[in-house]
Amino acid sequence: MGELPPALATNPRLADWVRIDPAGTITVRSGKVEIGQGVPTALAQIAAEELDVAFDRIRMPGTRTGTSPDEGLTAGSMSVQYSGIALRQACAEVRALLLAAAAEELDTPTDELTVRDGKITRPDGHAISYWKLDTATLLDRAATGQATPKAGADHTVVGRSTPRLDIPDKVTGRPRYIHDLRLPGLAFGRVVRPPSRGAHLLGLDTEPIAARPGVLAVVRDGDFLGVVAEREELAQRAADALQATATWDEHDTLPDEHALPEFLTSQPADTTVLADTTPDQPAEVARTVTARVHRPYLAHASLAPSAAVALAEDDQLSVWSNTQGPYPLRGAIAAALDLDPERISVQHVEGAGGYGHNGADDVAFDAALLARAVPGRPVQVLWSRPDELGWAPFGPAAVVEVAAELDANDEIVGWRHEIWSNGHVGRPGLGPGAPLLAATHRADPVQSQPAADPPLAVGGGSGRNGVPGYRVPALKVISHRLLTMPLRTSALRSLGAFVNVFAIESLMDELAEVTGADPVEFRLRHLDDPRARAVIETAIANAPEVSGESAGRGLGFARYKNTAAYCAVVAEVDAVDKVRVRRLTIAVDAGLAVNPDGLANQIEGGAIQATSWTLTERVRFDRRRVTSDTWETYPILRFSEVPSVEVHIIDRPEQPSLGVGEASQGPTAAAIGNALHDAIGVRVRRLPLTEANVVAAIDAE
Amino acid sequence: MTSAPAVITLRVNGAEREVHTEPDTSLLTALRNHLGLTGARFGCGLSLCGSCTVLVDGDPVYACDTPVWSVRGRAITTVEGLAGPDRPHAVQRAFIAEQAAQCGYCVSGIVLRAAALLEREPQPDEARVREALDPSLCRCGAHNRMVRAVLRAAEDRDG
Repeated sequence: MGELPPALATNPRLADWVRIDPAGTITVRSGKVEIGQGVPTALAQIAAEELDVAFDRIRMPGTRTGTSPDEGLTAGSMSVQYSGIALRQACAEVRALLLAAAAEELDTPTDELTVRDGKITRPDGHAISYWKLDTATLLDRAATGQATPKAGADHTVVGRSTPRLDIPDKVTGRPRYIHDLRLPGLAFGRVVRPPSRGAHLLGLDTEPIAARPGVLAVVRDGDFLGVVAEREELAQRAADALQATATWDEHDTLPDEHALPEFLTSQPADTTVLADTTPDQPAEVARTVTARVHRPYLAHASLAPSAAVALAEDDQLSVWSNTQGPYPLRGAIAAALDLDPERISVQHVEGAGGYGHNGADDVAFDAALLARAVPGRPVQVLWSRPDELGWAPFGPAAVVEVAAELDANDEIVGWRHEIWSNGHVGRPGLGPGAPLLAATHRADPVQSQPAADPPLAVGGGSGRNGVPGYRVPALKVISHRLLTMPLRTSALRSLGAFVNVFAIESLMDELAEVTGADPVEFRLRHLDDPRARAVIETAIANAPEVSGESAGRGLGFARYKNTAAYCAVVAEVDAVDKVRVRRLTIAVDAGLAVNPDGLANQIEGGAIQATSWTLTERVRFDRRRVTSDTWETYPILRFSEVPSVEVHIIDRPEQPSLGVGEASQGPTAAAIGNALHDAIGVRVRRLPLTEANVVAAIDAE
Repeated sequence: MTSAPAVITLRVNGAEREVHTEPDTSLLTALRNHLGLTGARFGCGLSLCGSCTVLVDGDPVYACDTPVWSVRGRAITTVEGLAGPDRPHAVQRAFIAEQAAQCGYCVSGIVLRAAALLEREPQPDEARVREALDPSLCRCGAHNRMVRAVLRAAEDRDG
């Protein structure tokens, strides 16, 4: 029979996924969490579809270790593509079991029964509902792979733009976020970070602060400092006082930000050949075109500073967190505190948008450390905005050099892609080298190892989308993963795809230009996959022509990870004083669109965020500290600067769903870069496309 | 040095509420922790992102940077108090209709800012809506949906 989807094979017990509640509802447990992307709604649609119940009967509680299936991380645009398939199979099996049990109860063969909203009816009208069956026993068994999910044509819930489950609460201000969690006896904690990387505490006078009314604890553990107080305002004032009394030994640890590309290409590195194909008969190379691009470090810059709650009580540690990986976080805390993971529970509670590995895990460990100082009291820890922008992991800076060889007929015959970057995966709980932030500050600190990169076969890190989607007979992709890490780097939405697609698509435009070809035609000529061609053609067909002296239009395309959604973006920019993106016209093919509006929302949001990265964002630092630690020094795009965005979905109901959460990042950056070149005739290869970088590029030509 | 705790009376969502805290405590902390109104969010503490926006006498104000002593006796409206008892405010209904959020953390401040705009200017054009919402940041890229929602709310109020 059918092979089980991996997430179901790992967590085969059906009762771990689905519970038929007494009250006429159905609880669906998923290891995938809400990070602002709306995935619980899509998963609930899949469950309602396969179980044949009304959508509003489905309950989607937050993931909890020990109760929910362990699905690792919510990352990589994989929730619908992979977890959705597991849930679909689990629910199809549950339905089949319920139907078989009802057949026995009703003494009727299953093929004579109909199921509607959980009610199983035989031809004479006698019926029994899911909620009348002994489902506790029935579902306490492993999935077998023997049930067949519905065909696309039979879908009535999947494929519809079902409104998101969480939005009514959010627009009316009901408590939903980890920041809003008010457990009985809640105390408030603050952490005082060192003033710079590598700083060590010299002196501190904790006594006057510990003696303040309402202060419950002052915690010092090596260079880790924190306070706990009865009220949040007291905790904040105590933390400010603690900061004022602390003296630190500081020294330079960071590179010169003005020479960052040179730094990246001169560091010791782990060099890996990610792809190497050579045709049997080498082609004659007529000319070679090269381009070298640079992206700075980027911040997640979620609207909410990181927050978590922890409670230490009777040898148990309970943690409430908006982590993207409840189980990995549990493992990381257990390792850091040398505790049995069974004594720790991690309950997922929503936070603000998660775009990768941000400070959520770190603050959960901060909360655990402070909670241990006040046993029996839950402690909420909230980071400051400067700590959020200064201490959470960054998406790594990179240099990418691409070179294409053309033959005498202007066909691409060779392609080389070389990346210098820190790794993109420094998530705690996934290996020994990625400690939680406070663990690097405590006495007997654990050193962070340079971030890793997953193999290309599972999506890659620095090399993600380093392999162009175009037909290139000879291909070499090389990654130099840095073995020094002055600033901690980890996963930020789309990982290396953002800069790799920017580089590849810039070069495709240049190749078209030097060969006198139309950039769209040139791409289509080198694309074999009809779905790739279709998104480009759709985006182009829907994007208006532009006119005006400093206006330009450009295209960017990629299939995310070379395995997820296809996305093409046409950007319209003008560049009178600064670069403004007026419009983005996007086409996306994600196979079966479970929730088309949710899909469009993800693509559109990703494109706007990528526009912000491309136009304005850059982590700034001096030789000791990150200096871009407020919204003034780390500006993001505002309402009046946001382009209009149009998303065209090419729905393919009979094709598997493909992840979309990160698909528009790279193509958007590329489209903007190409549109800017169309507008001003200059290639700006250094991101972001600020006035300074544009002027520098003009001067360099 | 901070001031001593005092009982401060605030007028929040039409009701008199007492808060026992130091007068220089922020309005945001008073709302979220003393009055259980967590709809206003902490985003930066520096009046730079708008997550904490509430209305004071009908005007948008950054609650994170507003000391509680300064708003005694003034009419404070939070997102929880924007609607009448029966159904959500026109702006909130429009946000739901347009599915105008992703993570939603910025939304309560933006809803209030939009409601304040429509009180003063019932028929703003798109550019005016964007300008009015500019003090609020959104990181998820839901801006255009929110702008559409505000324009829809303006139409609904009109009709």
